Amino acid sequence: MPVSKKSIMKSKLKSDNSPVASSLSRRNSSNGIRRETIIGWLFVLPALAFYLFFVIFPLIMSVRYSFFNWNGINEMTFVGLKNYITVFKVPNLFGTIINAFQLVIYFSVFPVGIGLLIASIIHRVASGKFGEIARTILFLPQIIPLVAAGIIWGWLLSSSGLVNEILRGLGLDAITRAWLGDFTWALPAVGFIGVWVLLGFCTLLLVTGINKIDPSLYESARIDGATWWNEFTSITIPLLKNEIGVCLTVTVTNALAAFDIVYVTTAGGPGNATSVPGVQIYILAFTQQRIGLASALAVLLMIMVLIVVIPIQLLSKESA
Amino acid sequence: MKISRGEVILGRAFLLLMMLITVLPFISIFTTALYPSGTIPDGLSWPDNPQWGNFITAFKVANMSTLLKSSLSIVLMVVPIALLISTMAAFAIGQLRIPGANFLLFLFVFGLTLPMGGIIVPLYYMERAIGIYNTRFAIALPLIALYMPFSVYWMRTHFVNMPYEITEAAQVDGANTWDLFWRIHLPLAQAPITSLGILMSVWTWNQFLLALVLVENPAHRTMAGALGAFQGHYANDVPLLCAGTIVVLVPTLVIFVIFQRQIISAMLQGAIKG
Repeated sequence: MPVSKKSIMKSKLKSDNSPVASSLSRRNSSNGIRRETIIGWLFVLPALAFYLFFVIFPLIMSVRYSFFNWNGINEMTFVGLKNYITVFKVPNLFGTIINAFQLVIYFSVFPVGIGLLIASIIHRVASGKFGEIARTILFLPQIIPLVAAGIIWGWLLSSSGLVNEILRGLGLDAITRAWLGDFTWALPAVGFIGVWVLLGFCTLLLVTGINKIDPSLYESARIDGATWWNEFTSITIPLLKNEIGVCLTVTVTNALAAFDIVYVTTAGGPGNATSVPGVQIYILAFTQQRIGLASALAVLLMIMVLIVVIPIQLLSKESA
Repeated sequence: MKISRGEVILGRAFLLLMMLITVLPFISIFTTALYPSGTIPDGLSWPDNPQWGNFITAFKVANMSTLLKSSLSIVLMVVPIALLISTMAAFAIGQLRIPGANFLLFLFVFGLTLPMGGIIVPLYYMERAIGIYNTRFAIALPLIALYMPFSVYWMRTHFVNMPYEITEAAQVDGANTWDLFWRIHLPLAQAPITSLGILMSVWTWNQFLLALVLVENPAHRTMAGALGAFQGHYANDVPLLCAGTIVVLVPTLVIFVIFQRQIISAMLQGAIKG
């Protein structure tokens, strides 16, 4: 197929610029090569310009701001590493980093763990239409805006919301509460929303991975009477290392950089129980006008993401 | 196959439970949205006197028609430009393999996991300085730039795997680089470009932080950005808030139902390649 398409295009081009063709192919000098390089770079230029101007430049400015004391209006004053020291010293600020890593457990471990379970169940007992419907439905939360997920769960987890109603129905009145307003439970509740959003994504990615595994492995295991658990631990998990790595990368990044869900459901409260770097950067910069401090936290956030993501990438690529 | 009947039932029951947990929240906000505005309803019961008018009220107070136009115009600005320039860059890096290609690739890939919170503060001051803060470009221009790492990487994977003979043959025939790109390689790259376009449309529609910080008037934001503002105003009117959320979700859900296969496969491939 590609051959015929190619030859059609070739002949079309030939008729278009045949005089130019001969002159071009004869010129094989270094001049021509340099010209090609320049043209090549011209192709990259628009993307590069956008990227440098709206991503790399602000990134450098973040680093620069982080060494200054600035309220956004007056003169900036250089303060060295003071903003970084403040982040580590003030419990409310350092707490955001701790919270971010706690969110990693909810956003990553649960979706990947439960996702593996569901994916292997779909593979084993629901490979037909039922499994397909299950996959589509489970994916649904992934396409709605996180803000909407936040609003929905903000209502469901409120004192008169669905979650408490179900608990009351089960006779568990004693544990009902306004989950997102509870100092102990607010962070796990936010984490649970993350599980709801990310579970379908992980499940589908893992199902695709399982479907790539040679079916004869499973068949011979089943002939030997392997249980679901045998299959799961000795075939599924080891052969899905790559997909698990991808899931972890995506979910960990989502957890550390969380903003939308937290901002909409709790805005960091109660107290600072659910405060994460993203929300704290927003509050410091845009309601408290402490640009330097906000930037120091922003730089730390970027470093955190890199420190966590790079090893995951290396490990999963290595074994693949 | 030696799968017992009990296991099949157990497994499917578990799947049903998971599907229920996924869908129940949507059902709950739907029934809630039908309660009289201003009341505090129960989680999942059907109202005695369903207030279908809540959807119309929400549509009006959320300024939906303006909002749809604004979101759509942002998508229509961002997606074509981002597609074109990222594909061009990826073509030069992956197919022409220009000198410095590896360095360029590294530079773009560096931005792949960059959290938006890391650059949002300088972006705000930059946009004020160059005068695009609070304009229709405020969200669009940074978004195009923020999509570059992923889209260049994504399209490069395609171009790296295209046989170089195609390029050589065309060059022998005297095609200039633009012809080579526009007439030969672009038609062959339709599939990855389509997936990328779908992905970027969904991401743009759902973009919240940039909208929140860079555009003051909610009616000029993206869907998600406006929904955030709507929540700020109607946090205490649960039925109206739920109605507004549904109104905002409907376009997304309709698109998802129509393009579910493409959306799902694009998102999964995107994660694997990214």
